[in-house]
Amino acid sequence: MGKTINIRRGYDIKLVGAAEKSTTDLPVSDVIAVKPSDFAGIIPKLLVAAGDEVVAGQALFYDKDRPNLRFPTPVSGEVVEVVRGEKRRILEVRILADRSNPRYVEFAKADPATLGRAAVIERLLDSGCWQYLRQRPYSVIADPVDVPKAIFVSGFDSAPLAPDLGYVLGQDKENFQAGLQALKVLANGNLHIGIRDGGESASESDLAGVAPENIHRFRGPHPAGNVGIQIHHVSPIQRGDIIWTVHPQDVAIIGRLFREGRYRADRVVAIAGSCVSKPQYVRVMTGQRMREILADRLNSDHCRIIQGNVLTGKTSSLDDTLSFYTNQITAIPEGDQSEFLGWLLPGFGKLSLSRTYFSWLWPKRAYNLDTNTHGEERAFVMTGQYDQVLPMNIMPVYLLKAILAKDIERMEQLGIYEVAAEDFALCEFVCTSKIDVQQIITEGLEYMRKEG
Amino acid sequence: MKFLQKFFDSTRPHFQKGGRFEKWYPAFEAFETFAFVPGHTTHGGVHVRDAMDLKRTMTAVILALVPTLLFGMWNTGYQHYLAYGMEATHLENFLFGFWKVLPIIVVSYAVGLGVEFVFCVMRGHPVSEGYLVTGMLIPLTLPVSVPLWMVALAAVFCTLLGKEIFGGTGMNFMNPALLARAFLFFAFPAYMSGDIWTDLSPEAGRALVDGYSGATNLVTFDANFHNLPSPADMFWGFEQGSIGETSVAAILIGAIILIATGVGSWRIIVACCLGALFMGLTFNFLAPADLPNHSMHTPAYYHLLMGSFAFGTVYMATDPVSAAQTERGKWIYGILIGAFTVILRVFNPAYPEAVMLSILLMNVFAPLIDHIVLEQHIKSRLKRA
Repeated sequence: MGKTINIRRGYDIKLVGAAEKSTTDLPVSDVIAVKPSDFAGIIPKLLVAAGDEVVAGQALFYDKDRPNLRFPTPVSGEVVEVVRGEKRRILEVRILADRSNPRYVEFAKADPATLGRAAVIERLLDSGCWQYLRQRPYSVIADPVDVPKAIFVSGFDSAPLAPDLGYVLGQDKENFQAGLQALKVLANGNLHIGIRDGGESASESDLAGVAPENIHRFRGPHPAGNVGIQIHHVSPIQRGDIIWTVHPQDVAIIGRLFREGRYRADRVVAIAGSCVSKPQYVRVMTGQRMREILADRLNSDHCRIIQGNVLTGKTSSLDDTLSFYTNQITAIPEGDQSEFLGWLLPGFGKLSLSRTYFSWLWPKRAYNLDTNTHGEERAFVMTGQYDQVLPMNIMPVYLLKAILAKDIERMEQLGIYEVAAEDFALCEFVCTSKIDVQQIITEGLEYMRKEG
Repeated sequence: MKFLQKFFDSTRPHFQKGGRFEKWYPAFEAFETFAFVPGHTTHGGVHVRDAMDLKRTMTAVILALVPTLLFGMWNTGYQHYLAYGMEATHLENFLFGFWKVLPIIVVSYAVGLGVEFVFCVMRGHPVSEGYLVTGMLIPLTLPVSVPLWMVALAAVFCTLLGKEIFGGTGMNFMNPALLARAFLFFAFPAYMSGDIWTDLSPEAGRALVDGYSGATNLVTFDANFHNLPSPADMFWGFEQGSIGETSVAAILIGAIILIATGVGSWRIIVACCLGALFMGLTFNFLAPADLPNHSMHTPAYYHLLMGSFAFGTVYMATDPVSAAQTERGKWIYGILIGAFTVILRVFNPAYPEAVMLSILLMNVFAPLIDHIVLEQHIKSRLKRA
């Protein structure tokens, strides 16, 4: 057990509508869809056609550039439709789920600790579970050829209304532990876990098998739970370093692959937000229709449905399907109402980190925020705002300017390898000039990956 | 408000693409967003946003300027009646000042915003909020007797050469209001020195009191610092000077507002004061013992109370665009402003407006300071490996 790491800079946005700790098992919907757009940067090549029978874990398409990355169907059934968009881009592969009798691609059950590294990699690639492994730098799907310096798992999520991962993992303990074993083999023992000191988090007792010195306790506000922040404080990424990261719930799915010999892709998702009438956890299948997940849980027609949290999630809709990496669904009101002299009024109900509004007088109050931008985009004017919410030894504004100037050397010097867009989400939230910070970071990472 | 909303809704098509006044869209947008915070929603990145925007920021600064403005108005009347040896109530003092100061403010805003609107319409970029503060700062840095055409000229100069040629708010490298002040100081020295600090418009049947002197305390300081008013008078501000600069007390209230709201950098304000104190103490230590009237003997804290040091430190040096932008850089930037101010005051009597020149000088150096801080940061990042 390392010593507790105190994260001082950051901010917890408190929202109303936290998920209550009860889990409902939702039946698999008749049609499940897999979206290539969940996997940024891949070019999908289809392996199936409409009418084909598939079993859970069978690959539907692969990546053109890395053919060993294959993307599986979470359910068995019949491929009913391949939905294409402009230029024949594949949008969704729809499968009519075989609900009464799910069939799986069967793998041999094995204790990952007894397998070699190569065998674990092969198993993950064959089953399509490799996609759960992501790498820093660049925040993309890991490359099986690399040997990472370490693998990091963040055992808690500190984002607004985030699921309590301690509660979620408690429902799948053995599989989680088996998954950790597999990751430990992949990392040649260098598996690091960050847990929250006294709070909603994976607990130390679930982490049997992880070296005690590699369990790191964190204390402090969001983004303390972001794996990138934890890496930065434990083992910062230098040029040439590669670190892999996995979400704990995906660790459990990897564990099932070894303990049960099956790719079983159901996951526990927190449904939260002020537009949800009974916020709670649900167990659902990846690829499930949002309409069936949210059914009659929404209390308003005019809300934004987000897959993920309000800082980093993707805008979704009832016709969308549950994405590959989603652990949380948030619904908040749309804020497309204009407000008379809104910049001048005292604004007691508004949340701001600056003290120009009065929310700092009630630090514990939870807010019902909507999606209004509260102003228009401007040039950089205020200084020092981003630094207050980015707990990294990085000068955010200069990094952003280096990205805008496409100055590779500067980006490298200022720490582009260490960051992912999610680490800058709070910077974007506080920005007075309403600049799209995450967008700039994403573009910078993309540019570095291609040119650097 | 429904009525206003309807008005904007019905006129909007004329200003949008294809409308009759398409070119004037930035002007229309400026008025509309002034009245209503628009119902824009987030797309792409974060889904919720902090309620703070640039309009709110600028409002906070204007709020912080109100105490100095009110005191400045009162003091204008007070100095006027004092010069004529007349008794006047606080209200009379204030009202006299109010009617003298108001035209200057109106001209500053009307001309400056006018130029800004024309520029934005020509360039097709949105009207930024920066001038809301600049337009208030310009009058406060001027003597009350300034001719209005000079105010207008300053506003034009400030908007065009201070800001718009660089690309607008956020792109300028010097504080626009201060640049305007410096412009007037060097272009019209005759109007910017001498007996200009008090409004001496004639009072029927009255003559100036005997012994009236139009000297500000900076002029006194250059002659012989022993003749300065008491520190308490300098603090409260019952003295002659530019409209907004005299009362350190009022400025202190503004400073508290700026620091409490987080809009102004407390680091810069504290650093400026430290720099001035340090330099003042150093001079006290080095001062020639055989010349007891040498200005190096001035008690260090006098420098914080004299002239426009407080005003410049709180409202001008803290301008986030032209100041140093790194946290460490802000300390260096502030300390240098304070130190240079005292050096200029003590050794260069030709330029009593030392604060103005020091801040402008450091505005120019701020990018260099930031560059050095950034290089240090990069070195420390490499070392961590």
